[in-house]
This record gives sequence, structure tokens and C-alpha cells, in this order.
Amino acid sequence: MSTATQSRFAGALLGGDGAVPRGLTSSTSATPTRRFAIYRNNVLFGLSGALTARYPAAEKVVGAEFFGAMAREFVVGHPPTSPVLLDYGAGFAEFVETFEAASELAYLPDLIRLEDLRTRAYHAADASPLEPRQIAAVPPEKLSELVLVLHPAAAIMRSPHPVVTIWAMNSGEAELGPIENWAEEDALVVRPQQLVHVHRLPPGGAAFLEALASGSPLGVALEAATAQAASFDLSANLAGALNAGAFASFDLTS
Amino acid sequence: MNKATRLPLHAGVGFKPEHFAAIDAAPQPIGFFEIHAENYMGAGGPPHAKLKRLHEDYALSIHGVGLSIGSMQALDRDHLARLKSLCDRYEPESFSEHLAWSSHDNVFLNDLLPLPYTEATLARVVQHVDQVQSSLGRRMLLETPSTYLIFEESTIAEADFLREIARRTGCGLLLDVNNVFVSATNHRLDARDYLASFPLDCVGEIHLSGHAVTTDETGATLLIDAHDSPVADPVWALYEKVVERLGRVATLVEWDNDLPDWPVLRREAEAAEVVLDRAARKAAA
Amino acid sequence: MIKTTAVVLAASVAAALTFPNASASAADAKEKCYGVALKGQNDCAAGPGTTCAATSKVDYQGNSWKLVPKGTCTTMNTPFGPGSLAPIKRPA
Repeated sequence: MSTATQSRFAGALLGGDGAVPRGLTSSTSATPTRRFAIYRNNVLFGLSGALTARYPAAEKVVGAEFFGAMAREFVVGHPPTSPVLLDYGAGFAEFVETFEAASELAYLPDLIRLEDLRTRAYHAADASPLEPRQIAAVPPEKLSELVLVLHPAAAIMRSPHPVVTIWAMNSGEAELGPIENWAEEDALVVRPQQLVHVHRLPPGGAAFLEALASGSPLGVALEAATAQAASFDLSANLAGALNAGAFASFDLTS
Repeated sequence: MNKATRLPLHAGVGFKPEHFAAIDAAPQPIGFFEIHAENYMGAGGPPHAKLKRLHEDYALSIHGVGLSIGSMQALDRDHLARLKSLCDRYEPESFSEHLAWSSHDNVFLNDLLPLPYTEATLARVVQHVDQVQSSLGRRMLLETPSTYLIFEESTIAEADFLREIARRTGCGLLLDVNNVFVSATNHRLDARDYLASFPLDCVGEIHLSGHAVTTDETGATLLIDAHDSPVADPVWALYEKVVERLGRVATLVEWDNDLPDWPVLRREAEAAEVVLDRAARKAAA
Repeated sequence: MIKTTAVVLAASVAAALTFPNASASAADAKEKCYGVALKGQNDCAAGPGTTCAATSKVDYQGNSWKLVPKGTCTTMNTPFGPGSLAPIKRPA
């Protein structure tokens, strides 16, 4: 088989009209369309199935039939470039943003982004979370220079939608019902041991953790958080992030 | 027995994380577990925690489903490196892949696609198997495919094609008896003829699984390698004949879709073990 | 200013370290060890959908299908329409 033969076969899997590529036959029919359709279906349903497995909350929000159709549309335009399907889905949130039939669900792309972070956390490198008592030994005058290193699984996400509430309601974490207070929500995703947790961040929390994630010391992160939300509560945010397992270690810059 | 694998000569099953709690609750009469390599290519987390725990008590077979050894294009070196790192991490008793292709022009198609059997494709597959074995620093098993179509350009019988790959590369073969039955039925051939011509001395592992039954546009029976049901009776019968000729051999029951509860899958492995025991007694008599 | 920040920091960090640790007892021991089971995504079987070859043609026709979301989005009562499946204008 030449590369050209394989190209024809590959090209007829995710595109074309279902016609059997030339050079193929069968024991029963010279134009074995239904046999070739097995491969077409395997490719399309196998790849869209990988997306369904990755975004269970989004599937619940729109229903299995709608999600499957949307996923297959994405697969045809954006097939994976790596055989490691646990990574497949980059660009799906952006695709859904432009997907006409889902346009009324403005929060859906952010829900997909949150589920991306959960999968990423699920497969991230293992590390023991930083214990609060480990930083108790840092001299008070050095605290503003303290650099907290994020846990490999930890990620921060901001959303103009109540994305944490929507995710919780569609993953069995909270009862499904009307969302009375439609407000922005920022999320912290962590996996301190083997369970992935999603936390809703208080005002300024995302700015605080993003600053720390970029390598800024505690003093600078505090300023960034306070600039974002005057009501920022350092004690509560630091305690919350530490107890969630958001950090792996710390350094002192000077 | 083929030296390309160190799997125990018993029945094993494909490991599904959904079964972990049941498996871990008590010692299981299972010779080994097989995993799909690509599902363990994250850095850490529950997949590795479970696999590490499992490998403490059971032999492990790592089964790749995405290397695209049958591709006319070059192997994906990044993916080969990922497989090497996974094999180094677990030191499995066996590593296997498929006589099929799944990637083309940097697109991963997620299916085990067929190739014609010619001198040119033979040379290409041999080169790829050599490359895999030297990259991983170990011998591998290459699995017989399920096929639905015939390439007009094919000039070599599949069993001869596989024998020649094994001869030139030193790799072992993974004989999927369900695949043999599926392909033979689909091509209106006799699976017993295929097995009679198969190089059994190269076989390091056998696969068994269920298939789906449908029809093509002419109304002829068309079997699909669906892994969604118990092993079919004609496949059990073929397996028994193979084991009578081959003796005890590592045998895997695969079940990937519509997963049953753990006891159902375990019973399938126990049924394979009964066949292995019976064949061993016959050989000793 | 710098001095004030340092004082605030010292007090806040000290307070943070006295918070009861909420995460330690959050999960049951088994799950902490091995986590929940998530389906693998790479398989070597022919997948579901193999027997509905005839339906795949529809899926390739892009925007020609007319599907509306029918999941929990109809229950959550969003400000974009309380369960309305008709496209409406989103707030900016």
C-alpha cells in the first residue's frame, strides 16, 4: 500500500460521502459501503465518545443527543493530533462558543473549561500538599517575600457565570434547581490526594492565587487581590487555599 | 513457548477502573491484568494509583492501541517515548500492539484500520516492529486484526504475513481468536484453515472477546469486533482446539463496552482457565 | 506602607494557620487512596454506533440538523431564558 492509498482511506473516514475508497472490495459485494461504514462509525463515535467521557456535566446540561451531535461536529473539524485521548478536547470550549445551536447557553463554554481543568487535575503529577504548619516557621518579617508554589493539579478559573454552581448541580454535588442568584463565580480546582475537588473562590481569591501561580511573592499577591476586591480577606483566602491543598511547597525570594 | 512475554500461562482480564474496588476487595483467581497503554499516559492521579496497586499482586500486560505500526508513514517518536516511559515505570510482563494503523498525516483516527498484505507493507511493518523493539529495549507481541474489507492489492495471506514479521523481527504474536473468527466469517473463509496455517510457535498470548452480529447490504452475516458481550461459543471451540495444539498459554478476556459487573468478567476468565487445565491434562495423558 | 503590609501579613498568616483543616477528613479513606473510577478513553474495540451505520450520514451534514438542548438547562432557570429553548439575545 502506498501512502496515497492510506491517504484516500483516511480521507474517507471523517469526510466524503461514505463511498468506499477504490482498491477495496469484499467477499460479498464489490461496493461494500456498509462494511466501510463500520470504520467511519468507529472513528466518529469513538472520538466523540472520548469527549462525552470527558465532559459529563456539559452532557447533562444539554442532553446526550445534543451533546453527541455537537461533539461529532467538533470531531470532524478538529480531530485529535495525538493518540493520547485523555488530552483530547483542546479547543472544544472555543468551538462551543461559536456553535449556533448552543448560543443561548452562554455559560456552556466555561462549564467545559472547568471540566477540562478537572480532567487535567485528575491526571496531573502527584505531590503532597503543603501543610499549613510548614510555613509557620517562616519569620514574620519574611512573609511578604514568601513564594508559594502551586500544586501540580491546582488551577484557577474565572467566569462571569455561576460556573461552580452549574457544575455542582450537574455532577451530583448539589441539588438541581433554579439558580436564584446569577452571579460570577471563580473556581479553584485541586487534587490534593486522589480526589478532584472544585472550590468556589471568594472575592479577590482568583487574583490572589493567579498572582501566586505566576511566581509573585505573598506581598505582591495581596496587593493584586486587594486591587481586585477591597473586601479581600487574606486570612480566609490563605487558609482556604492551604486547606484545599492548592500549594506544593514554598520558597523565600530573599 | 514464545520468549517475547513473561506472562503467566493463565487466564487474565482487561482491567477496567470501574472494577477496581471489587478486585481489590479480595484475592482474585486472575493470572494477569491487561491495560490500554494510552489511558495511563497522564503524569499521576487515580489511574496510576490503581495500576500500581494492582501490579503489586498481579502480572501486567501493557497493550498499546495508538502506535499505528501499520502506517506507511513514520512512527510517532513522541508516542514511542511515552510508551517507553510507561514500560520503564511498570516493567510489565508483556508489551503488545496491533497489526493495524490508526494515525495519518498527524491525525489520530482512534480505530484499528486495516492494511493490505504485500511485500511493501511487510517491509514497512517489519521496520516499525524493529524500531519499537529497539526503542523499548524489549520484544513485543503483535496482534492479529479483525477485518471487514479486502484490499485488491493484497498478495500475502495474513497468517503468512504475520509469520514473516515474527521471523524477521523476533517479535512474538498475539493471537486474537475472536478476531480470527470475525475476519473468517466476514470473508467467507474457514477459521480452522486460518489457524491450521498460523505460526502457533510464535504465539505468546491469546485474546478472547465477544463480537456483535449484523448483516451487510447483501444480507450476509457481518461480525463486528465489539468487545461488548460474552465470548461466543464458536470462539470457545476454536480456542480449545488452539490450546490443544499449543498447550497452556496466557489468555486474556477483553470486555470494553457495556461493561458487566466484576463477577461476570471473572467467570469468563475462569471458563478460559478450565479450557487451559483440560488441555494441559490431555497433553500429560 | 511596606511596614503596614508586613504587619497585616504577619497577623493574617498567623490567623490562617489556626483555621481548622477542612480537607483532611473530607473524603473516605478508600477514595483518598485510589480516587474515583473514570472511564478510560482509548479502546481497541469497535465502539458503540457500529451498528447504526445508516445514521452517520446525518451527522456529517453539519448544520442541517435541527437539535435543541434537552438536558438540565431547562431546569436551571437561567437569566437567558427560564427553560426557553428558543434562541434569545444574550446580555452583553
